[in-house]
Amino acid sequence: MNRKDVIDFIYNEADLLDRMQWQSWIELYHPDARYWMPLEWQQTDPVLQPSLMYEDLLLLKVRVERLAGERTFSQKPKSRCHHLLQAPQLTALDEAAGTASTRTSFIYTETRGDVLERFSGWASHDLVTVDGALRIKLKRIDLINFDAPFSNIQLFM
Amino acid sequence: MAQYTGNAEAVSALVRDTEVHRDVYVDREIFELEMEHLFPSTWIYIGHASQLPNPGDFITATVGRQPVLATRHSNGTIHVFHNRCPHKGVKIASEACGNTGKFFRCPYHAWSFKTDGSLLAIPLKKGYDNTGLNEVQASEGLAKVAEFRVYRDFLFAKLKPGGLSFEDFFGESLSTIDNMIDRSPEGQLRIEATPIRYMHTCNWKMLVENQTDTCHPMVAHESSAGTAIKVWEREGAGSTETPMAVQLYAPFMSPYEFYEKAGLRVWANGHGHSGVANSIHADYSDIPGYFDSMVAAYGGTRAREILGDVRHNSIYFPNLLVKAPVQIIRNFIPIAVDKTLVESWVFRLVGAPDKFYERALMYNRFINAPTSIVGHDDLEMYERAQEGLNSDGNQWVNLQRLYDEDEEADVTAVINGTSERQMRNQFHAWKKFMTGAMQEGAAA
Ligand code: FES
Ligand SMILES: [Fe+2]
Repeated sequence: MNRKDVIDFIYNEADLLDRMQWQSWIELYHPDARYWMPLEWQQTDPVLQPSLMYEDLLLLKVRVERLAGERTFSQKPKSRCHHLLQAPQLTALDEAAGTASTRTSFIYTETRGDVLERFSGWASHDLVTVDGALRIKLKRIDLINFDAPFSNIQLFM
Repeated sequence: MAQYTGNAEAVSALVRDTEVHRDVYVDREIFELEMEHLFPSTWIYIGHASQLPNPGDFITATVGRQPVLATRHSNGTIHVFHNRCPHKGVKIASEACGNTGKFFRCPYHAWSFKTDGSLLAIPLKKGYDNTGLNEVQASEGLAKVAEFRVYRDFLFAKLKPGGLSFEDFFGESLSTIDNMIDRSPEGQLRIEATPIRYMHTCNWKMLVENQTDTCHPMVAHESSAGTAIKVWEREGAGSTETPMAVQLYAPFMSPYEFYEKAGLRVWANGHGHSGVANSIHADYSDIPGYFDSMVAAYGGTRAREILGDVRHNSIYFPNLLVKAPVQIIRNFIPIAVDKTLVESWVFRLVGAPDKFYERALMYNRFINAPTSIVGHDDLEMYERAQEGLNSDGNQWVNLQRLYDEDEEADVTAVINGTSERQMRNQFHAWKKFMTGAMQEGAAA
């Protein structure tokens, strides 16, 4: 695992989301992973401070399965998304241990029917290596306007 | 085309015993009349005293669309004002909360006001000598709202004078707020965090009605709660305890019989709640140490009584929801006829274990956030209703489930939990306060 592997991994994760390959996307996550969207600036605590999302793998699986559900009316029509990423910055890298952390500035677009919404922020990844493959331990999404009153955000940033 | 302004009779005709005309949800003129008459003549929640712990602290809020400002004065008292400068109308405070120190200073021409609202100073004051400033409202400082009341730390304001007193307006419905507070061993709630905000492209009343609509969860939320149960049954095999997340989602799939037996209670003036004998909040696991501290505080009998009251959703007409067993309130703030801002706040039970706060925060992001799958299910229904109601095929919305001809308005009653009576109750109050205020306006 080297620097390039880490950066390719980040681009690939976004690409799977844009291509709606939910199953392959979720397989990038470690069994103990968390997907976190804080509701405060430079938030430190996901449990005793409010968040938009703080979900484990079970809850991410519920979301992915729901997207395809026959009675998921908020997905008729389906949402689509697009990630525009700036080059990921490595904030930590330990090749021997197989761990890395990155911070990636992004513009995210989600659309459904005639509505299109755009979001800006930073995605931080904590990655570990399991059986020779990189896995996400924590993905943290900090929006620039985390406290704004959004309408539905149904997919993943 | 003004057909409702100044015409209380036409407004009244929109509400029948078992149905309401779609104009209550889609007509711009009706929305304007609600802002002018309904919200100012009813008691509206604006905040909690724990948001104003120190002198100089302030919060801002809206009553209908009108900006208001609450402050903690140097002597500890709370004051509520219209949030506009008496000079040229500039908002005195623009943030949701903060501390202004000893006085407010208007950012435009520096008129200043004490935290009790009185005028402190005007720069170059001699420019007003002999102009008669003393005789106009501007000289009185920040305009106070007609009435406000701090009820066990809950702040409510009424912008128009007269009408029902706080006690007469809320009556027995205050028992839900009491129950939420009593769940703290110290009898105290605290707001520590900003709310989750969620914009809805629908009329505010759809959200209020949905809170006691017990025939929708097992249908509309099959996609979220149903899937959560399915995934848990498949993936949770071997796990001995149901995770908190599944405990929160799963009860949404309870069958009709559950909600029928859980019951519904209506009160006068449009207030009411679902979950009388039982509710989806009844079966969360115990949090160690809590019950003992409640017994120590209240005695065993009273502690069991407090915790045995598991009311689901309590509506404080017109636009506040209180969920006592999970310490959450939701404020449905009207923005436009088809636009509503929902702010969902979590309270900490002072003196209770952190686990309660953790669970309440989790519930709030699972159910009330723009990223919540349960929220997605609901908003989809509101949006479809908002669009569907443009149809002229039928101009009436049906609220007939378990209607009884002998049903009385403005009484306390407990009935079958799948009844749409609380919706009828709300519209009775809507008609009463709308037309009452319109007639008063016409007489004045
Ligand atoms: S508008 Fe406030 S001082 Fe002029
Ligand atoms: Fe719902």
